[in-house]
Amino acid sequence: MKSLEELKAIRERTRGQMNLRKEDGPDNTRIVVGMATCGIAAGAKPVLSAAVDQVGRRKLDHVVVTQTGCIGMCMYEPIVEIYVPGQEKVTYVKMTPERMEKIVAEHIVNGQIVGEYTIGANE
Amino acid sequence: MEFVRSHILVCAGTGCSAAKSMEIIERFEEHLSRHALEKEAKVIRTGCFGLCELGPIVVVYPEGSFYSRVTPDDVKRIVEEHILKGRIVKDLLYHETVEEDVVSSINETGFYKKQLRIALRNCGIIDPENIDEYIAFDGYSALARALTEQTGDEIVDIITKSGLRGRGGAGFPTGRKWMFAKAAAGDEKYVACNADEGDPGAFMDRSILEGDPHSVIEAMIIAGYAVGAKNGIIYIRAEYPIAVARLEVAIGQAREYGFLGKNIFGTDFEFDLEIRLGAGAFVCGEETALIASVEGLRGEPRPRPPFPAVKGIFGKPTLLNNVETYANIPWILQNGWEAMAEIGTETSKGTKVFALGGKITNTGLVEIAMGTTLREIVEEIGGGCPGGKKFKAAQTGGPSGGCIPASHLDTPIDYESLSAIGSMMGSGGLIVMDEDNCMVDIAKYFLDFTVEESCGKCVPCRIGTRRMYQMLERITEGKATMEELDSLKELCEHIKANSLCALGGSAPNPVLSTITHFREEYEAHVRDRRCPAGVCKKLLTYKILDNCRGCTACARVCPVGAISGKVKELHVIDQDKCIKCDACFEKCKFGSIIKE
Repeated sequence: MKSLEELKAIRERTRGQMNLRKEDGPDNTRIVVGMATCGIAAGAKPVLSAAVDQVGRRKLDHVVVTQTGCIGMCMYEPIVEIYVPGQEKVTYVKMTPERMEKIVAEHIVNGQIVGEYTIGANE
Repeated sequence: MEFVRSHILVCAGTGCSAAKSMEIIERFEEHLSRHALEKEAKVIRTGCFGLCELGPIVVVYPEGSFYSRVTPDDVKRIVEEHILKGRIVKDLLYHETVEEDVVSSINETGFYKKQLRIALRNCGIIDPENIDEYIAFDGYSALARALTEQTGDEIVDIITKSGLRGRGGAGFPTGRKWMFAKAAAGDEKYVACNADEGDPGAFMDRSILEGDPHSVIEAMIIAGYAVGAKNGIIYIRAEYPIAVARLEVAIGQAREYGFLGKNIFGTDFEFDLEIRLGAGAFVCGEETALIASVEGLRGEPRPRPPFPAVKGIFGKPTLLNNVETYANIPWILQNGWEAMAEIGTETSKGTKVFALGGKITNTGLVEIAMGTTLREIVEEIGGGCPGGKKFKAAQTGGPSGGCIPASHLDTPIDYESLSAIGSMMGSGGLIVMDEDNCMVDIAKYFLDFTVEESCGKCVPCRIGTRRMYQMLERITEGKATMEELDSLKELCEHIKANSLCALGGSAPNPVLSTITHFREEYEAHVRDRRCPAGVCKKLLTYKILDNCRGCTACARVCPVGAISGKVKELHVIDQDKCIKCDACFEKCKFGSIIKE
């Protein structure tokens, strides 16, 4: 250890991951994947993995990936809901890992809702 | 560290390890890989969460779900329900966090709400064997700043102003101690850490070393820089194997990162640490005995002065602090002395860790701000005495401290107020007693410990404590006279005044404080030959009441055949044969057997 910069680099590198262990704060964006039996059968597991992978690669420290149960629209599974603080919840349906990647890039990083995948566009 | 979406924190402290937390970790890894979740969820071993009574503890993030009393068989459900499907397994959660099916945060529960964690800030949050996690929580930043921006004098000044006092028991101002060590002449100095925690029922230091070893290491390096020492020694008892192992790992990592060794942070400063194992003698927690033991001599105290700050390990000036004291140092330097001076009472600043034990619902480790009352600790954090029993007394300071009766429950915890009521802060053991405890018996228990642990160097302690023990024995056997009670007090004062070190000097405290606060109980033993709590066997008589159904259960369980009687007829105990083993009392279903 030769410098403060080195220490800071280690801190920054690890801290993103450690944020997971703080109480889920109101400032966090949440990606919630429906992981009930219907969701899993429709392929929610790879979608969840893609979300985790994308958040990790992009070092999105403020994003939490969690699951939820069945919300009653099994025909639209896999369903992913995105909660950005201060904004309305957005529900995406018939998700795939590819769609998940796109949503992380456009919705979470750039703040542009991907209209074509939302429940409104698929009803 | 790779990104995962969930962290599964499993307590790997001594308490939870004894309750199979290692097996739980293995099961988690097994079930995670069965569901191909090992890349999404990571199992992390942490230090003590404090709620040892309900261990093993498993906490799952990001939800912060606090699972208690987890068994290896529960792991499958947690993985399949919670980790895979996101459904929290409510029936396995700590019951205080679930109310009418709604899960609340662990920080809202009675046990955690009143706590303020400074020394334990990272315990149960980080992986103690991963230096990066310590760094992520600002670890080693205080060291970096100290070495690159502050002088030794500035650091000593900050510590002095913070009002931090020794957490090992005596409460000597830490800043003053650092000042003395800094001022001492000589180029070779030592910085030592007293991890020889010996009070029965105390495990604060062990938990800090198990849960956050780097906080102590960082503080010792800072201390070395501040007082001008190159060598550090951690004296820890060998019966803390997990703490020793974690310390070794942590020291290795600190060396690898260059926090120990030469040219730390590119400066000229060098410092290294070594561990010395103690064999577990209580007296070695006394600083001069500890120094003798480090030097390879027999662990015996010597008169002071010279104080260790002037003449310590191998005759060199030595700064010796307790584990918990060190754990506070990086926090003070990061947050400023004002932050600590704001917490606590006039004379005692900051927080204190207590190991709660005895007749209390939430056995475990708690850290509270100074000035918190004993009542808050016992009733709110500790959850009171189990089984609806009545609180009788709390014992602080272990064999050196005293008993605090219910009438003093509202005493705020600080060094002075505890001394004023005949006890002491001590290292932080807090043993709760209820109506079923006999105070004479408690005093005898602690004295038994001191007699065993007296090193034998000085007469008042070696012979005096043994005589005290014998006198207490006579009281519990109903053989003592009222005059003996007075001579016991006199002997106590004599031992206090004439012992060489604090072991003897404080050994009479459990006796004196119980005589002061529970004199009527002593008198009952002496004058009435009666033990009000029903503990002292020699003073008990077992009797069978008239409502005996003659079921013969007691007669069959009696190991000495002292009970006679025919089926469906009143039974009788032969008092000459009875050995007061309590077996009949426990066996009787009808409450027909009494002891008085």
